[in-house]
Amino acid sequence: MKRNWFRRFRGVRNRGINPQDFHVSQIKFYLLLLPLAAFMLLPILFIFSSAFKPSDELYAYPPRFFVVNPTLKNFTDLFSKMSSSGIPVSRYLFNSIVITLVAVVASILVSSAAAYALSKKRFKLKQTLFAVNTVALMFVPIAVTIPRFLVVERLHLLDTFWVHILPGLAMPVGLFLLKQFMDSVPNEIIEAAQIDGASDLQIYWRIILPMIRPAIATIAILTFQAAWNNAETSTLYVNTESLKTFAFYLSTLTTATTGANAVAGQGIAAAAALIMFLPNLIIFIVLQSQVMSTMSHSGLK
Amino acid sequence: MGSRASLQKWLQKEGNAYGFVSMYALLFFVFIIVPVLAAFLLSFTFFDTIQLPRFIGLRNYITLVTQDDTFMKYVLPNTIQFAVIVGPGGYALAFLLAWVLAQLPKIPRTLFALILYSPSMTSGVAMAVVWKTLFSGDQTGYLNSFLMNLGIIQQPLQWLQSPDYLMTIMIIVTLWSSMGIGFLAMLAGILEINPELYEAAALDGMSSRWQEIFYITIPSMKPQMLFGAVMAIVGTFQAGAIGVTLSGSNPTPQYAGQLIVNHIEDYGFLRYEMGYAAAVSVVLLLMVLFFTRLSNRLFASEE
Repeated sequence: MKRNWFRRFRGVRNRGINPQDFHVSQIKFYLLLLPLAAFMLLPILFIFSSAFKPSDELYAYPPRFFVVNPTLKNFTDLFSKMSSSGIPVSRYLFNSIVITLVAVVASILVSSAAAYALSKKRFKLKQTLFAVNTVALMFVPIAVTIPRFLVVERLHLLDTFWVHILPGLAMPVGLFLLKQFMDSVPNEIIEAAQIDGASDLQIYWRIILPMIRPAIATIAILTFQAAWNNAETSTLYVNTESLKTFAFYLSTLTTATTGANAVAGQGIAAAAALIMFLPNLIIFIVLQSQVMSTMSHSGLK
Repeated sequence: MGSRASLQKWLQKEGNAYGFVSMYALLFFVFIIVPVLAAFLLSFTFFDTIQLPRFIGLRNYITLVTQDDTFMKYVLPNTIQFAVIVGPGGYALAFLLAWVLAQLPKIPRTLFALILYSPSMTSGVAMAVVWKTLFSGDQTGYLNSFLMNLGIIQQPLQWLQSPDYLMTIMIIVTLWSSMGIGFLAMLAGILEINPELYEAAALDGMSSRWQEIFYITIPSMKPQMLFGAVMAIVGTFQAGAIGVTLSGSNPTPQYAGQLIVNHIEDYGFLRYEMGYAAAVSVVLLLMVLFFTRLSNRLFASEE
């Protein structure tokens, strides 16, 4: 009996790429991955652990990695606190949520519409536009911070709500992934719809969008991460405190570690860091299978 | 009359397509193309944001090469060291990990992929909290306390303020968070490869897994390898702000962690020498272009 059980895991079937089940030859991979994964997980665990630490544990000597008496005090402290300029913390969080939601929806619509044209329509500039977008995959936004600032200034976008949204909407990776994924939607479906008299807008809205859901999920994640984690826009382009984001507020907590704020600050900074990280994680876990199926279309030829 | 009819005909044929693409194209033009062109043009000027830009030809570039000691002595060597380790190193690591993950059944594979990918979801501002506590310079810092317990060091070390360690920590932290979208693309690419290819190779007498990797896996997923490479290059240069985040100051202590991105910020936003900063930006963009070209050579699909 026991031998049979063991032999199950020695068959050829479970060797090599994408096996169905466990196989003894996989042990070496587990031995490699387990310590590495544990090491990579440490800083993430640390975010969780320190967010729930009471202050005596945060400043304990010798320091302890894991929390012993978890408490929600850091979170209640965080939300009862005002920033140094008198804005309640919940305001920053509210801004971040609204900005992120608008950015995600807008980015999906703008990029998927463009991807539809690039993948399924025929027009003169098609090849050129896609080629330019592919070159722009290697665009490093941080390199052109200064001219971007000048552009934003000229457009009178400084200190507005839209400055959080507009500069990030054209995301070359997003368009690229959507277009590649859309190429796998058979043309026959679209032709059939055209014969039935569907307009372009109907085809895009009723046929294409539902069929490319995995790719939409992927760029939703990418836009989400970019918008939610963005502290730079608030630093560079926004003066009005009530228009700034939660990520920005968190960055003020960490840069002010030298003042009297330092002692009180560590607990709420840890709580805020967890609030920053958690939505990213949850959304990725929910959508991960969609992301993987998009990624198999990600090849750059 | 005739031109009007042809315009109408054109609108009917291609108008919709341009309609669909227009919003993206407009935003792309305004926030990507214009800034890049502006950086290029500004790099030939003297511009302090108060007066209008004044054309000075190649002088910014000449200054950069001949007179900017900080750039030549610290920024350029730092950037090259950082980029060479984090770029190809992180890329190779991402591929190997993706390959190892592909050898596992679905559930443990997904779990490990999630763990390895999750660092790339963290934001710089959130992690600054973590790194500052872990690498804190006094004895309450976790790393100091850990190493002192083991007896490896006697005195607490100023990890983030010391020129000796800052670069190493920057590299480790960046590698830690580099299993991003390129890693996922390569994992998907490996899983897509037709298993019959491996069986055929085994019949032909291929026995080692290394041979399999080099003769089957990589050639079958060149497009994903190239996508991963481009993402790795962009990620590497984009990650340049990490030194300033960790040490809390620009310039970083004794320029130990000063990368080209910080140099741009230093001149642009701290000294308001926008023209000069633009010239450095152009150099950075050219570096990215060069490395992307190089990986294109390596992984271009033959057609």
